[in-house]
Amino acid sequence: MGIKWDEFFVTGDPLIFASQIGIALTLVGALAGLTYFKKWNYLWSEWFTTVDHKKIGIMYILLGVVMFLRGGIDGLMMKGQTAVPENDFLNAQHYNEVFTTHGVIMILFVAMPLLIGLMNFVIPLQIGARDVAFPQLNALSFWLTVSGAALFNISFIIGGSPDAGWTSYFPLAGKEFSPGIGNNFYAVALQIAGAGTLMTGINFVVTVLKMRTKGMTLMKMPMFTWTSFITSIIIVASFPIFTVALALMTFDRTFGTHFFTISGGGMDMLWANLFWLWGHPEVYIVVLPAFGMLSDIISTFARKTLYGYKSMVISIVMISVLSMLVWVHHFFTMGNSAGVNSFFSITTMAIAIPTGVKVFNWLFTMRKGRIKFTTAMLWALAFVPNFVIGGVTGVMLAMAAADYQYHNTLFLVAHFHYVLIPGVVFPIFAGLYFWWPKMFGYMLNEKIGKWHFWLFVVGFNVTFMPMFFLGLDGAVRRAYTYSAETGFGPLMMISAVGSVILAAGFAALVYNIYWSARNAERNIGNDPWDARTLEWATATPVQHYNFASLPEVTKLDAFWHMKKNNELRPLAEDEIEEIHLPSNTWIPIYMGVVFGISGFLLVFEWTIAAGVAALGILAGLAFRSFDYDEGFHVHKDEIFETESKWRKGANKGVKNHVS
Amino acid sequence: MSAKVNAALPLEYQTEQNRMNILGFWVFLGAEIVLFATLFGVYGVLGERYAGGPTQKDIFIVRDVMIQTFLLLTSSFTMGISIFEMRRSNIKGMLMWLVFTLLLGGGFLFMEVREFIHYVHEGATMQTSAFLSSFFVLLGTHGLHVTIGIGWAILLIIQILQRGLTPVTARKAFIFGLYWHFLDVVWIFIFTFVYLQGLVM
Repeated sequence: MGIKWDEFFVTGDPLIFASQIGIALTLVGALAGLTYFKKWNYLWSEWFTTVDHKKIGIMYILLGVVMFLRGGIDGLMMKGQTAVPENDFLNAQHYNEVFTTHGVIMILFVAMPLLIGLMNFVIPLQIGARDVAFPQLNALSFWLTVSGAALFNISFIIGGSPDAGWTSYFPLAGKEFSPGIGNNFYAVALQIAGAGTLMTGINFVVTVLKMRTKGMTLMKMPMFTWTSFITSIIIVASFPIFTVALALMTFDRTFGTHFFTISGGGMDMLWANLFWLWGHPEVYIVVLPAFGMLSDIISTFARKTLYGYKSMVISIVMISVLSMLVWVHHFFTMGNSAGVNSFFSITTMAIAIPTGVKVFNWLFTMRKGRIKFTTAMLWALAFVPNFVIGGVTGVMLAMAAADYQYHNTLFLVAHFHYVLIPGVVFPIFAGLYFWWPKMFGYMLNEKIGKWHFWLFVVGFNVTFMPMFFLGLDGAVRRAYTYSAETGFGPLMMISAVGSVILAAGFAALVYNIYWSARNAERNIGNDPWDARTLEWATATPVQHYNFASLPEVTKLDAFWHMKKNNELRPLAEDEIEEIHLPSNTWIPIYMGVVFGISGFLLVFEWTIAAGVAALGILAGLAFRSFDYDEGFHVHKDEIFETESKWRKGANKGVKNHVS
Repeated sequence: MSAKVNAALPLEYQTEQNRMNILGFWVFLGAEIVLFATLFGVYGVLGERYAGGPTQKDIFIVRDVMIQTFLLLTSSFTMGISIFEMRRSNIKGMLMWLVFTLLLGGGFLFMEVREFIHYVHEGATMQTSAFLSSFFVLLGTHGLHVTIGIGWAILLIIQILQRGLTPVTARKAFIFGLYWHFLDVVWIFIFTFVYLQGLVM
């Protein structure tokens, strides 16, 4: 096996040494704290073994926020390094590692968990269901995501971080040019997390198809459910490609095969194609649910039905089809024929059409609406102009001939940050402010929220706007430094200052969560925003069985119509029936742990040990196969008690926080 | 997710949860199709990059491939009969045909392992050329699926012996049947696009 113990821990860099101490202290502190306050049992039985979609959703969100911190620190380090010419804060290798992990973490361990977390929490409530189709599988998806994230994150103290960019192009990512084990971490950690995501996709396809409540036809579904459904289909269609690509990468690096290396007849462009066949749809996997959130939030706070509902649905279906047909635009300059470049140039520009339809629909929804400027709505409003800048520069990049000028410059980096931050992060923030009361029973503070909003939006623009101009002036991306003669210095400095403002905005969110958890008013009723969809028909926070009796839907924006037509009647005692729910299980978290252990051993190329550990995975599958636990029933008395309590409170609580 | 039973339907479709599990498995098979399609694509790209190593014609043995194909296709047929017997509530017949399926699947695996060992002895390893890398990974992925299928079916047989035919065990058997037929379909593509095409080229 050839264990090189001296290469096990990363040593030598004071930054990493400080993180090692920090991690060790945090771990010891957390373990000691949990033991001292006797919270282990609570954590295990209420959270780690749960199959409740609401708790799984909240855990996903927690993972996303924590990873946001890590990815954000990576971003700040890069900005710190490039703030002045010929800086030596980070060396070239360290800079490579930082931009690689920044990209991977932000896309796969921030955007995905936050979106899937909100999907998990909201979708079953929006369609009037008691859970997702496969609750245990849902928990497994979550724990595999955690396992992958943990594996990816330990790379910077154990063994070394991946350093070939988030796209990990071959031959750079191969053994020849990246001999360490950093890129093994990339291949294995993403493989494990990706398996979890694929299962989430399958779960939500079936959930939306089969678990909608009576009367909720496809064309009466809230927009967030629609976009999540389409996203799930894209996940099922594209993640297996990534699975194969990563497996082949592992084979090349660990077993000496020749898929992507030039020697032995392999082909480096095969990696670029496979990666982007997954990678481009991935962009839409993160952006579509975000669009759905915006639709629900804008129609709530404009107090109007979404304009052009049907065209919205057609647009997302069109986007999902086109998302699979544009991957070559990521490598226009890597030797395709003019015909190929033209085809992908046109398909790429075509995406602007359905996206434009959606933007106009949002604007028309707001037109003549009585807009309430809540923090959630502010994020949705800021989305429009900022995202349009990202979209327009995207069309510029889509012109293959012009792309020869921009490619691999900071112009491109600015473009995709202008798409992903307003298109994904703003909606996620909007969604957090919007659904927070449903999750926890209190609202996030609106005043701190506005600080969060302004700092973040201003910081975002100050950070990334200069990068368009830097890129057009020829500043290449992924370069760890530049000389003073280039003249990039002043704009780079402005960009770095912007990133600090951006970070202050994120800090305001963290402070808001802390402040609101301690001080926010608890008695807010079940519908604090005067909202339109079914999730607001339940208690706040939601009772563990979701709906005492499943609602019946006749129109789009069902809850809004129920309120308007006074159909929200009290629940009669004889209507209550026992509710069947699945039991908690230890298998998903166990699977996360054994996947993590075998993955770790595989990263270090200790293949025999990894194979032995993988037997633990098979054992988990076998255990699951013999598990005939039928779940349990919630007793009528319990339902009656819970329901009468919140229904009484719902009328007393502050009806409408934002008038 | 209630246990409401609709006796007009076959056993495996009787509960809501069962219907969802079966649909979910079809969606999973959709993902599997993408997975194998990608592997076929990779083989399509690399299949003629020999790097001085052996070609398809040098290593393929027609007779052994025909035997493998025969074993696997027959096992799909016996799997079908097994589900047919399940529908007739004949547990004995169902298990008997399931065991036949397993034996045929085991025979296929035995032949495949023998084939791989033979290639390695000929000097045709995964590390020899891009063609062989893509060949072994495509075939190996299919073989791994067959292996997992055999383990799965053994667990299934134990559960049917323990519990008899219930909506749950019937659903598990039905889903296993879908999986097994799927592997057969993949093999037909391997047979055509790897072996037949390789021999014709």
